[in-house]
Amino acid sequence: MEKNVNALKNDRDIQMSHYQISKSLEEINEKIRSGKAVVVTAEEMIGIVRKQGEIRAAQEVDVVTTGTFSPMCSSGAFINFGHSVPGIKASQVWVNGVPAYAGLAAVDIYIGATEPRVDDPLNLKYPGEFLYGGGHVIQDLVAGKTVHLRAEAYGTHCYPRKALDKRVSLSDLPFAQLCNPRNAYQNYNCAVNVTDKTIYTYMGTLRPRMGNANYCTSGQLSPLFNDPYYQTIGVGTRIFLGGGTGYVVAAGTQHNPGVPRTERGLPKRPGGTLMVMGDLKHMSPRWLVGVSLLGYGCSLAVGLGVPIPILNEEIAFRTGVSDEEIVTQVVDYGKDYPRGQGRSLKEVTYAQLKTGMIRIGDKEVKTAPLSSYVRAREIAQILRDWISSGKFLLAQPQELLPSERIETRD
Amino acid sequence: MYKRMLVLRFPPEITDQPLVCSLSREYDLCFNILKATIFPGQEGLMVLEISGYKKQVQEGLRYLRSKGVAVKSIAQEIRRNNDICIQCGACTAMCPTKALYIDDESREVRFVPSECKGCELCVAVCPVRAMEIRFAKDKVLV
Repeated sequence: MEKNVNALKNDRDIQMSHYQISKSLEEINEKIRSGKAVVVTAEEMIGIVRKQGEIRAAQEVDVVTTGTFSPMCSSGAFINFGHSVPGIKASQVWVNGVPAYAGLAAVDIYIGATEPRVDDPLNLKYPGEFLYGGGHVIQDLVAGKTVHLRAEAYGTHCYPRKALDKRVSLSDLPFAQLCNPRNAYQNYNCAVNVTDKTIYTYMGTLRPRMGNANYCTSGQLSPLFNDPYYQTIGVGTRIFLGGGTGYVVAAGTQHNPGVPRTERGLPKRPGGTLMVMGDLKHMSPRWLVGVSLLGYGCSLAVGLGVPIPILNEEIAFRTGVSDEEIVTQVVDYGKDYPRGQGRSLKEVTYAQLKTGMIRIGDKEVKTAPLSSYVRAREIAQILRDWISSGKFLLAQPQELLPSERIETRD
Repeated sequence: MYKRMLVLRFPPEITDQPLVCSLSREYDLCFNILKATIFPGQEGLMVLEISGYKKQVQEGLRYLRSKGVAVKSIAQEIRRNNDICIQCGACTAMCPTKALYIDDESREVRFVPSECKGCELCVAVCPVRAMEIRFAKDKVLV
């Protein structure tokens, strides 16, 4: 990991000297403070780079904002629910009937987005509806609703209580941090089903004989498509998270920069990921939404946006990426995927996916997104307005995410 | 509370019997007649909403059928709760009539109720359960 980071730094140092435009993050923050920064969304940047070229774009634009809003299963929250009198060392905890992990200190828990309620029939009545789970608990908390917290314990000298039942709201909790081990996947499969039966997956309901093709990123607005080699994003990057402010705290689980990439450096398959964190108390139920995936389980739709400082013309060029240039693979979730085979049936661009129809062999297949482009755009616009008005400054990453630079720009 | 919207057809020979009244007296059901054309000696037609405990509703319907009444459910209407819709588009994969579609320009997920045939496929695939089933009262009365 370290080796890659160093390699990238050297690579960048060498390139630095060739840049015609070079700005530091501090210079950009100074402009933000004085209200003079030029901030545009990733969507707006496409036209700017096309019309004016990356050098003029880098001269004019200081920050490009991105956004994505979609179910992100690897999400959850660390919560401290405060000591009661007498105290308890909770060994099992349920919030609104959803089990939380209690193998931490006495009153610390982690509630995961995909944990169903204890009495959920799951897939017994197939396909299961999964109407309430950890993601819904998180949404209820940020909506200011009261939740029922129940804890059991074996009792110790210092914490003698063996059971606790109380109603709490987010404002009563001493500590609540959203902490998502994997969000903002850089690219994702487009899923189809070649079998003769409808299947229920985390990519939605897939009808038989390739009845539909579901995809799930915001494409040209997506954070990691706009900084494909993680040249500006790293540990400590301040972001829009769930309607509030959060931070990138590490590369996410399954972060895999070494996947095949296009000439522009865009991963053709699932690549990088982000682990993010932020204070739940400043977030909103509009941007953290509990979701139910028929026959699969429950999850949490997370709104996330990353600001990208335009430090030079290369970064300007990369943020000018559009859906025509981003590709993904069509993968069969009926037979191939369950067997661990990611065989590509076809490579398609996001521009093709967005027309609502793709052609696989001689079959026309209807496409549908699971990721909300409208909400992704709204996030990029909110973040743009926060930065333009001077209330959101960019944070210098302390260490960039692991990157492998396979192809360079010609 | 369980509610059903029904079309009842009464054969000519039973139009003189107080069947609907029995639903209330014998089965403790609440009814609301939305439309009725019943004349003695002719086939009668009634659009009826009944509500009560599910078991009693079912028993009441069994009673009507045993008396020779043809009972049919009314097509239901799908509505979108725009307050909770997150504009993702998952529903558009399932909709057979393009009543749910994504606008090319704005990328908004649109719902055109007049195109909806009430198949309900969108209801369970919606991740936030924004698609709701309601009785199509106005369609019934046409």
